[in-house]
Amino acid sequence: MKNISIQLKLNGVRRTLEVEPSDVLLDVLRDKLGVKSPKVGCDRGDCGSCTVFMNGKTVRSCLVLAVEADGADVVTLEGISKNGPTRLQKEFVKRNSFQCGFCAPGVILSAEEALKKHPRASDEEIKEHIAGNLCRCTGYKPILDAIKTVASGKASK
Amino acid sequence: MPIAHEFDYHKPKTLPEAVKLLAEYRGKAKPLAGGTDLIVWLKGGLEKPEAVVDIKALRELGRIVWKKDEALIGALITFSELIDNADVRKKLPVLWEASRTVASVGVRNRATLAGNICSAVPSLDSAPALLVYDAVVHLQGPRGKRQMPLKDFFMGPKKTALAPGELVTGVAVRIPKKKSGGCYAKLGRYAGEDLAQVGLAVLALADNTYRVAHCAVGPVARRAEKIEGLLNGKRLSDILLEEAVRLVDKEISPISDIRSSKEYRLHMTKVMLRRALWAAVNRLAGSGPVAGSSLI
Repeated sequence: MKNISIQLKLNGVRRTLEVEPSDVLLDVLRDKLGVKSPKVGCDRGDCGSCTVFMNGKTVRSCLVLAVEADGADVVTLEGISKNGPTRLQKEFVKRNSFQCGFCAPGVILSAEEALKKHPRASDEEIKEHIAGNLCRCTGYKPILDAIKTVASGKASK
Repeated sequence: MPIAHEFDYHKPKTLPEAVKLLAEYRGKAKPLAGGTDLIVWLKGGLEKPEAVVDIKALRELGRIVWKKDEALIGALITFSELIDNADVRKKLPVLWEASRTVASVGVRNRATLAGNICSAVPSLDSAPALLVYDAVVHLQGPRGKRQMPLKDFFMGPKKTALAPGELVTGVAVRIPKKKSGGCYAKLGRYAGEDLAQVGLAVLALADNTYRVAHCAVGPVARRAEKIEGLLNGKRLSDILLEEAVRLVDKEISPISDIRSSKEYRLHMTKVMLRRALWAAVNRLAGSGPVAGSSLI
């Protein structure tokens, strides 16, 4: 065991912990840091359910070594809704945009990134941003509708 | 899923330090940039390095250096950075278009161009675009620096000409001297983040020369030299195009796998060659499909 001490900012809070070189960020977030919104889906970067923000960009936390997060700013779903649900989240609830909810944290973060980059995102831009987040329940329509509503500025605050 | 295999982790601060480390492990250390392939392979036990050398602290590799006739894309430049770069879009539109088809946003935010060519999977989207721009790989290793045309870099599926302990520091992409129009056409099972069943890049230049390159229809991505030889010096016409299509059988050697049969790949390469050649020629003339739109 070759433990390495790392320090990261997780949802605004500085955390210090020991990890092994082979520890994966997703597992560390869930099992050592108690953050359960990133989900273990495909575990190989295809499904998007483990999405987190790392230094302002969405990444697949299943494809990041925990040591790589040393000094990083990591934000999960818990972090973006500290002061209550975002406009996007409210819109998802209103439209029943999820059924089982397993993909939800990843989809929300990818959609937040799309809106951060393109506040008036076109349908194509929205689809491009969530193309890497698989949902097996909804058929995507209610998800796209919710994001489009926020992008068009029609969502209630 | 944890990684069962144990390894050392290093994050050198300078390039000489990184090269020295990689040399010390004699090829048994893997460089880590975006990790989007490497970590999948570590999890699956396909790679069992003694050490992982994280090169993300090497700032000199995180730049695109523009010269008059080439762009040197540092090994840490991600696909998202390429897509968001206005100069890449303007001066290297085929690379820009191909970058947009790589996996998904969350993967492109970490995956690097240099990492993509080092993975050297037959379906790598960046290769056809880089090949039509006559890209040159910049390497640094125990024996110093060297450069190698990308076409010589691919040795087989997942096999490259990298010597043990050698690091790709960047990829130099030549900006065409003449006016050009180009495109990257990608066939996947669905629009979205699938790997290519067929990938085809075409660059048409103002002097009626053509560059055509493909991926996912042979063991390595490569230029279609027979087709280029037929087309060069001629204006594209439907008759000429059909002659070119007849050469496809001689140019590619697709296999059947989980993503499609070889017959389907062969057929679709022909369909895509027609569309991509016209798209490139029309773009050269100032018309053609909007940049980034799917040609399938």
